[in-house]
Amino acid sequence: MDGIHDLGGRQGFGRVRFTQGATAFHAPWEVRANSLYAHAVRIGLFNMDEYRHAIERMDPRHYLTASYYERSLTSLITLCVEKGVVPAEELERRAGGAIPLATPSALGRGNSVAREQFKPGDAVRVKLDSVPGHMRMPGYIRGKAGIVVSETPAYPFPDAHAHGVASEDEPTYDVRFRSEDLWPGSAEPAHVHVGVFQSYLERA
Amino acid sequence: MPDTNRIVQRTASVEARVDAIQAALDERGLKASEAVEELSHLAQEKWIPENGARVVARAWVDPEFRKHLLANGRAAVSDLGLAMPKHHRHLVVLENTPKVQNVICCTLCSCTAFTIIGLPPDWYKDLEYRSRVVRESRTVLREMGLDLSADVEIRVWDTTADTRYMVLPERPAGTGGWSEEKLASIVTRDSLIGVARLEAH
Repeated sequence: MDGIHDLGGRQGFGRVRFTQGATAFHAPWEVRANSLYAHAVRIGLFNMDEYRHAIERMDPRHYLTASYYERSLTSLITLCVEKGVVPAEELERRAGGAIPLATPSALGRGNSVAREQFKPGDAVRVKLDSVPGHMRMPGYIRGKAGIVVSETPAYPFPDAHAHGVASEDEPTYDVRFRSEDLWPGSAEPAHVHVGVFQSYLERA
Repeated sequence: MPDTNRIVQRTASVEARVDAIQAALDERGLKASEAVEELSHLAQEKWIPENGARVVARAWVDPEFRKHLLANGRAAVSDLGLAMPKHHRHLVVLENTPKVQNVICCTLCSCTAFTIIGLPPDWYKDLEYRSRVVRESRTVLREMGLDLSADVEIRVWDTTADTRYMVLPERPAGTGGWSEEKLASIVTRDSLIGVARLEAH
């Protein structure tokens, strides 16, 4: 989905709020939220793609104003409610207030029927696919051409795996793009490498 | 007349929401509190940048290990007793040179090789870094204190799949003869992400 989470290349953001040796956590509840979602994945309540997708499904206004661990927590609670582990009413009663959840999920999809094998040095282009569900193709590479640098072991296909759709594991390709091709006329020269699933790619 | 059918309830605090889900899972026998104890310990004491620092120091002193690390990161770090989660099937180690600076990010969320380089710092997960580092990397690095000369090529690696990355920083001048332990002590998490270079101190 072309959601608010897909931030690469969006303009208008200011300086990185950088401090040396910055910590991951800033409050004890953040450590707990992080542990709880990891536990839920470990015991099989949901998988990582479902977890990521439930963050992406947050209302954009909520996504942008929530802290990182509030997004994590929202995904955990949304999935526990959607999967019938705990009813929302019980959680709100326990918490003594409303609990904002992510918006409902759309349908997923299986692997592309036309998957090609590539090798390092091959010129490839990212397909123009748009889907209503989960995918791991940042919008900034859609339709763009690059060069394959390497191939990875096969992974679960996120577009299917986040939605309980049957699919084959498939490799990703590290594809090297030129920033000037990604944002012609308004990018600083650099190479941007992206891990692109085989289903998203065609030969250029 | 106010619409009495629409009662606006105050949003629960994040702490209250965490308490609620933890207690609800506990009550269903899913052992959430035990897991919080165990995983909080791992996240704060075990998944730390000192792991990556050990890997880097070994690569600096042992050419065979360096070759292995660059060819198969996951197997090489496992030789040092460092584990990665099941879904991180591949670790790609990115070698910096005087003319190449590698930088990692995750524009879609916050993916990192967290068991090796530590859980990502706040700024890594923030909107500014995620939006800008792929498009204006040189400016972003300069703002973060890394002013690269114009002839240094920047390679940004966006962690969009379950491959994980770690930057192998250059060994700083003036560290000849240092022990592996002393070398590891100067490797910072920021250098493993690629937003800093190292100096001997």
